[in-house]
Amino acid sequence: MKALVWEGANELAVRQVPDPQLRNEQDAIVRVRRTVTCGSDLHLLGGYIPFMEHGDVLGHEFLGEIVEVGSQVRKHKVGDRVVVCSFVSCGKCWYCQQQQFSLCDNGNTNPMITENVWGSAPGGCYGYSHALGGFAGSHAEYIRVPYADQGAFTVPDGVSDERALFASDAAPTGWMGADLAGVKPGDVVAVWGAGGVGQMAARASVLLGADRVIVIDRLDNRLEMARTHLGVETLNYERQDVSGELLERSGGRGPDVCIEAVGMESHSSGPQFWYDQVKQQLRIESDRPIAAREAIYNCRKGGSVFVLGVFAGLVDKFPLGAVMNKGLTLRGAQQHGQRYIPMLLERMARGELVTEHLATHTMPLDEAPRGYEMFKQKLDGCVRAVFQPTS
Amino acid sequence: MRWLIGGAVVVAGGMVARRLLGGTDQGDGHRQRGQARRRGPRWHVATVNRPAGDVAPGGQLPEPLAGLGDAVEVQLRPAPGDQGTEIAVRLRDGSRLPVAAAARRATGRDPEQAIRAALRESKQLLETSEVLHPDYPPTTEPTPMNKPLRMATQQGRREGRL
Repeated sequence: MKALVWEGANELAVRQVPDPQLRNEQDAIVRVRRTVTCGSDLHLLGGYIPFMEHGDVLGHEFLGEIVEVGSQVRKHKVGDRVVVCSFVSCGKCWYCQQQQFSLCDNGNTNPMITENVWGSAPGGCYGYSHALGGFAGSHAEYIRVPYADQGAFTVPDGVSDERALFASDAAPTGWMGADLAGVKPGDVVAVWGAGGVGQMAARASVLLGADRVIVIDRLDNRLEMARTHLGVETLNYERQDVSGELLERSGGRGPDVCIEAVGMESHSSGPQFWYDQVKQQLRIESDRPIAAREAIYNCRKGGSVFVLGVFAGLVDKFPLGAVMNKGLTLRGAQQHGQRYIPMLLERMARGELVTEHLATHTMPLDEAPRGYEMFKQKLDGCVRAVFQPTS
Repeated sequence: MRWLIGGAVVVAGGMVARRLLGGTDQGDGHRQRGQARRRGPRWHVATVNRPAGDVAPGGQLPEPLAGLGDAVEVQLRPAPGDQGTEIAVRLRDGSRLPVAAAARRATGRDPEQAIRAALRESKQLLETSEVLHPDYPPTTEPTPMNKPLRMATQQGRREGRL
């Protein structure tokens, strides 16, 4: 089959790879109809997460049609149109039963790496390096889906592929950030990052009853998108004083909830960007936490900060003093999508949650390297590039 | 950017080597300066989200653990907070020099690697009824750059902190 593979830092190619096979009785094989770039892929692409092999298939956010099922798959049958959670989770371990699905004990076939690096192993993730299981990604014609009854969700007839695609990762990740950060009616919420996940976190905050939701970015097209499609306020950090504006818009208190949806390659207009960039390139720190620092600094006393952006290792100049002395609650997680996807699909069917606008560029899989270049460089207003491996 | 990857692999390799030499998982009783440190076999413990009666019905352990035979001691106890059952396993034989243990781990012949794999596979069988296999056939191909990573992932369930 045809797939987009990683061939080294910033080197991608579309080429033939072996078709996936059923390896377990709870597996399904899905023919991929749509698969989309994610900002976290850029960390893999750039070589910042050093557990990729030449030939690994990228992609973890996808939708398709089941074409083969293992003997123990009960909920699904051949022909089902499904959206698949990006995290591989068994549904049976203690963490899954606590609805902390991305912490699954059994979804990572290769727990040694993350146990040594982080102390414990989270679950697996499609197309996200051998640290998270080495599962082939979705930028391919077909993909193997382990624990298919747990991770694949039938898409309601009234929901289009274009909309349901983002129920795989961006929407549940964003919703989880707002939910686990404790967004409640009357809150002021600030979201750093107007990419797919940040926009979904902002929309979730609106739907959870926040009084004001403010999205912060430097790209005007993304901020315009947030205002138009999500009904939220925006700040452009290159032209506006973020700290002052957030104080002004929250009665001098600071936001009740601050959600970081940027991750380890954060940008800034200030000298701190170059400080972190140099340290990252010299490998003195692995991740640039600029937005996380700002979220902690600007959050109100006793407020809640949620880290949704992907971080891999060590950061420098982390404001632990602010966390402690302001009594903040600091939390983060990879997405517990199985907890939210059925609800999100229902909201999509009712029109409460729209996502199609995120797919600014749609193209055949053959053009995926160009799609990633556009996505990485933010060319032509690219927010997300969607690939169609099969028509 | 390749040097970045290479550097990270070296760091990760160093961490693995340190662990292979037992640098972080020894009890205080095994740390003695000025003399060769001998390692006593430690308990490897996994918590299974099943009641004890399901873990060893009629005293019969799951096949991966039963296959270790008399070479190991096994203890079962309820996990606090209704988290299931703790399975603790350790070798019966005596202490070993860390260098000898490291050599066996590096060559994949350390019995403690077999314990880790058996614990993980038993947990998966008990909780999900199957052992999750990696994708096959692989889409990757060997290169000089990914050789250390490939060596590491071949020990994916046999190593780690368990």
